Amino acid sequence: MSTADPAPATHPATDDVLVRVDNLVKYFPVRSAGLIRRTVGQVQAVDDVSLTIPRGKTLGLVGETGSGKSTLARCVAGLIPVTSGKVTFNGRDITNLSRRAMRPVRREIQMIFQDPYSSLNPRRRVGAIIGDPFAIHKTATGAERKRQVQELMERVGLNPEHYNRFPAEFSGGQRQRIGVARALALRPQLIICDEPVSALDVSIQAQVLNLLADLQQDYGLSYLFIAHDLEVVRHVSDSVAVMYLGRIGESGPEGAVYTSPRHPYTVALLSAAPAADPDAAASRQRIILTGDVPSPIDPPSGCRFHPRCPKAQLLCGEQEPPLEVKAGDVPTHLTACHFPVEAGESLVTATAATGAAGGSELT
Amino acid sequence: MTLLEVTDLTVSFPTADGVVRAVRGVSFGVEPGRTLGIVGESGSGKTVLTQTLLGLTPGADVSGRAAFDGTDLLGLDDNQMRAVRGARISVIFQDPLTSLHPLYRVGWQIVEMIRAHDKSVSKREATERAVDLLRRVGIPRPEQRVNDYPHQFSGGMRQRAMIAMALSLSPQLIIADEPTTALDATVQAQIIDLLLRLQQDSGTALIMITHDLGVVADIADDVMVMYAGRAAEKAPKRDIFYSPHHPYTKGLLESIPSSTAARSRLRPIPGSPPSLINLPSGCKFHPRCGYVLDRCLTEEPGLRPVSPDGYHSSACWLPLQAAGLSERAEELRAETVREGRGEAAAEVFDAEAAGAEGSVAG
Repeated sequence: MSTADPAPATHPATDDVLVRVDNLVKYFPVRSAGLIRRTVGQVQAVDDVSLTIPRGKTLGLVGETGSGKSTLARCVAGLIPVTSGKVTFNGRDITNLSRRAMRPVRREIQMIFQDPYSSLNPRRRVGAIIGDPFAIHKTATGAERKRQVQELMERVGLNPEHYNRFPAEFSGGQRQRIGVARALALRPQLIICDEPVSALDVSIQAQVLNLLADLQQDYGLSYLFIAHDLEVVRHVSDSVAVMYLGRIGESGPEGAVYTSPRHPYTVALLSAAPAADPDAAASRQRIILTGDVPSPIDPPSGCRFHPRCPKAQLLCGEQEPPLEVKAGDVPTHLTACHFPVEAGESLVTATAATGAAGGSELT
Repeated sequence: MTLLEVTDLTVSFPTADGVVRAVRGVSFGVEPGRTLGIVGESGSGKTVLTQTLLGLTPGADVSGRAAFDGTDLLGLDDNQMRAVRGARISVIFQDPLTSLHPLYRVGWQIVEMIRAHDKSVSKREATERAVDLLRRVGIPRPEQRVNDYPHQFSGGMRQRAMIAMALSLSPQLIIADEPTTALDATVQAQIIDLLLRLQQDSGTALIMITHDLGVVADIADDVMVMYAGRAAEKAPKRDIFYSPHHPYTKGLLESIPSSTAARSRLRPIPGSPPSLINLPSGCKFHPRCGYVLDRCLTEEPGLRPVSPDGYHSSACWLPLQAAGLSERAEELRAETVREGRGEAAAEVFDAEAAGAEGSVAG
């Protein structure tokens, strides 16, 4: 939060920022089949992404399949080496640290995964699963470990007496609580939640979201929260970044991005999300984008969204728009678009002027 | 006239662990040209229900009636069912990758579908129809794409191909089982838009099975909410969303993070759905219900009308006026609970509330 320090607005006190990602790039090589596996291309999973996660806050990351949000999360967690760019955690550069140097950092950064069925070893007891972090980092043993594990179980709403049960004896929601307890064990500062509630039923999803909110409040946790459900992301996030094909299209405070989105992709995404309100659904003008997300091996030139964009002009295919503040927006609201959407503008009737018909992009 | 009239359908599966009572006495009707949304969480029986109608649940004990355009679907033998399935009732499944055969060309699979039901159509004619169908569902350059294999299609295109196949014999009823769950938001919007448009053109009836209340709000005319193998509530769409009567429906709606209440605390339903082998006594929702009465512990409520016109019905003992998300409805419910709850019900409620509390307090 704001301090008495009269630092210029462009340089927020570094203490407020837990994670800073600068120009992060992650390419995966595509190799040819056969004996000599030549590199024939690059999957440009994350391409020049910069963002910050403030201490004690939640950054929501939204995007469709293949937008690179999970890859970005894995780079931040140090699970995969980055191609270029920099990840700073607590003011320290943690990009491509050696395994040994990374170890103390790992205690501070934990992950919760999407599928509570496959992220827990079915043949190990729950107590052992949650106790693993203590064993790996040698912070507690024997009776002390058991006591701490049971404390964690109680904290996340599991019955501590179920210490010796197997994951199969728990329901989906309870399993996700096991995942949360495991992530919480070493009192991390950052938890990366990769689609933590997507596999859960609505009524259970709300239980887990409430739990995550409570933990954040009690322990001052920061979250990097990835989900494809826009309402869920809105509910948990302080700020939001919208990714498309490895790039950030728009980012900013939750309120700004959701109520006055500037990037046509954000606008389309918000209009596409089904709202559980029939009247709102009937009155809403849904923007139907043509085609699918293109391949990240050979992304479109210029703005990566231009082949599907209802507002695209010739410029969009030639020049990549920088991520910048647009006129009238708050300074933290950034948009990468040559022709940002104005308030009250309808994209339903807009037609692209690139010469390429929308349908042909499906190929 | 009602196209499909299901009466008291009951489906159970004998297993080594006991009898799984998947569907317990469900009745509903579908009119031509209308869409029925069936909503429910995992294990509510929504998928078993529709698969049973199509004879896709071998080994199950089935009773009840399902009159489709005059014939009882449950009484058909395999051959007769084969003539109905695909031709007069077709299905779209959730995962288009596993429901298309990976080794056959997409076009071939549609041709096969057409010719399986009508041998008099020549291969060439059938191929022409396949191309035409692919064009109708918005696949670009269908003349070429008809020769592609499923893996050459994206997820959204595969689902379009599935829809093309479902349409190929102009069925009277399409059953769509979570057709957009595996798709991204923008692609989901495309598919829903397509289904709505096709339905307008052809007047086909549609049963949309989903766990996503947003999809139902978009596409359904009528909604049936299922819980533990039964219909908890049945009503025209607006009634379900704006004046729900059953506490489960209300709980579902309040569990959804909505833009109007951003960052506020969600109100989840405590606990989790019951095991279908070992169902609780009385109303199957009572262990999770905040309005539980003594009566709920012993007697299972049936669907009864809660609106004057009779279109809105709910299986709950709460008074009929206690419908809606308003304060007035809340007062009414609280009042009823005060009057109708004895010690046993209070105990159930306190135990569940304590469980919910455990996830909140340290």
